[in-house]
Amino acid sequence: MARRSWFDRLTTSGATSTARSTSGAAASARSTSRAAASARPELVEGRVVFAWQIAFLVAVLVAWQAGVAFKLLDPFFVSRPTDIGRRMAMWIVDGTLVRHLFVTIEESLLGLLIGAVLGIGSGFVLARWPMTARVFDPFIKMLNAVPRVVLAPLFLLWFGLGIWSKVALAVTLVFFVMFFSTYEGVRNADPVLVDNVRMLGATERQLVRHVLVPSALTWIFSSLQTSLGFAMVGAVVGEYLGATHGLGYVIAQAEGTFDTTGVFAGMTVLGIVVVFVSLGVSRLERWLLRWKA
Amino acid sequence: MLELERVSREFALPDGRRYIALREISLSIAAGAFVAIVGPSGCGKSTLLNIAAGLLEPTSGAVRVGGGPLTGLNRHATYMFQQDPLLPWKTVRENVALGPVLAGVSQADANQRADTWLARVGLGPFADHYPLRLSGGMRKRVAMAQNWILDRDIVLMDEPFSALDVHTRQRMETELLSLCDVDARKTVVFVTHDLEEAIALADEVVVLSAGPEARVVARHPVTLARPRDLMELRTTTEFIELYRSMWAVLRDEVMKSQRTARG
Repeated sequence: MARRSWFDRLTTSGATSTARSTSGAAASARSTSRAAASARPELVEGRVVFAWQIAFLVAVLVAWQAGVAFKLLDPFFVSRPTDIGRRMAMWIVDGTLVRHLFVTIEESLLGLLIGAVLGIGSGFVLARWPMTARVFDPFIKMLNAVPRVVLAPLFLLWFGLGIWSKVALAVTLVFFVMFFSTYEGVRNADPVLVDNVRMLGATERQLVRHVLVPSALTWIFSSLQTSLGFAMVGAVVGEYLGATHGLGYVIAQAEGTFDTTGVFAGMTVLGIVVVFVSLGVSRLERWLLRWKA
Repeated sequence: MLELERVSREFALPDGRRYIALREISLSIAAGAFVAIVGPSGCGKSTLLNIAAGLLEPTSGAVRVGGGPLTGLNRHATYMFQQDPLLPWKTVRENVALGPVLAGVSQADANQRADTWLARVGLGPFADHYPLRLSGGMRKRVAMAQNWILDRDIVLMDEPFSALDVHTRQRMETELLSLCDVDARKTVVFVTHDLEEAIALADEVVVLSAGPEARVVARHPVTLARPRDLMELRTTTEFIELYRSMWAVLRDEVMKSQRTARG
């Protein structure tokens, strides 16, 4: 027992573990070693993974910078990390970043929201009334097969250069993810749960509320990550093809003047935003699906 | 009072032929009785129970419950499924409170009643847990509380304990009997393939023939006194004699069903 907890103290680094293990009493030592047995290894593993991720990033950046410095890479084509960093700092200072990023996020969220409402709604209708599903099946397949880039000029024509043409593009992407998740979720509701709740006295409406909707929600939440990514892709592609604001617009402008630093800076900002957003979404997902074992 | 009158049920097979699962079964179960239905696997025991529950309509014949013909779901009965029926996204308390909530009781009142039932089945401390974190035996007890909180006259049970290990199973059987002893008005229809379990629990054992076209081959009263001590019961001479006489009937059906399965 004692040797075990000493081993844990040696293998777990950081202030929290020292603070807890020096608190003395035998009971606390026991609980520390038990906690170590269940939660700590994951925590340590997480830190190791994070350290490797940072190491990988630094290695790539150093190689890139060195490649340019030793004239192996032409900065005209690939820019260099220090320039990209400086450009991003400049954007933060002069307000460019906030202005354009805000527009992109606004478009993505609106696209996600509208696409979710439409997709979940129609998924539900088609799953509940199989006749409608059979009627609309070929049309849904046709629409889903249309490459979205083809739609972008049409949306520009219909909704103008402002945010709504981008929102529309995001909606066409989000809609189908949400639609298929809802459709499958409702149709795959466990028949035993359905029978049990009906035997307990549920009306059709209560059945929808207590079984079918939650069953579909588990599928919808699981596809939230994909939906959000698609919403951002829709917004940025829309901006790229014709806009006055947004990250896609910034990247397109930079490309137009062969400003590779600007292009890379725009892509980097987009990447960082996506990483943080998906972190938030996984947290949200874990909380919403907390009942899963 | 639950009555089946010449109930038959057919199913359409994929090749277009009809499969007759039950043929003209007549069975009347008195109010307050504990009846076990046994039979070889695949004989249509669950089909019979589903018809009594109103989840399945008979192809011909009628079900009468509480003096009137059964239309739609049987609102006099609760149904305990063989599979896990708890809603995984609701806590244990919410699952137990579900029946009253569906009937229009406020969530707060229903929760209070649920807590009383959870205490009765010994799961008070687990009220806020989600079902997927509980063991199989605990989930069965939650399902039991979920059914019994509704206090309906008839309790239908479809091999409810068959997935449990021997000891948990005996504990659940004991709990079921003590719930029945508290409320002797309850009519219980208990489907099982295990003759020992049927004799240990029931007042009467109904033996179904091997399928297809299953029918009632025998009805045996179980004369064992109540309350029964399940820990000791199975080794008493009375129990063994009952088992022998019923197994003689059931054995023939089991052998028939194995022959059809092979042929």
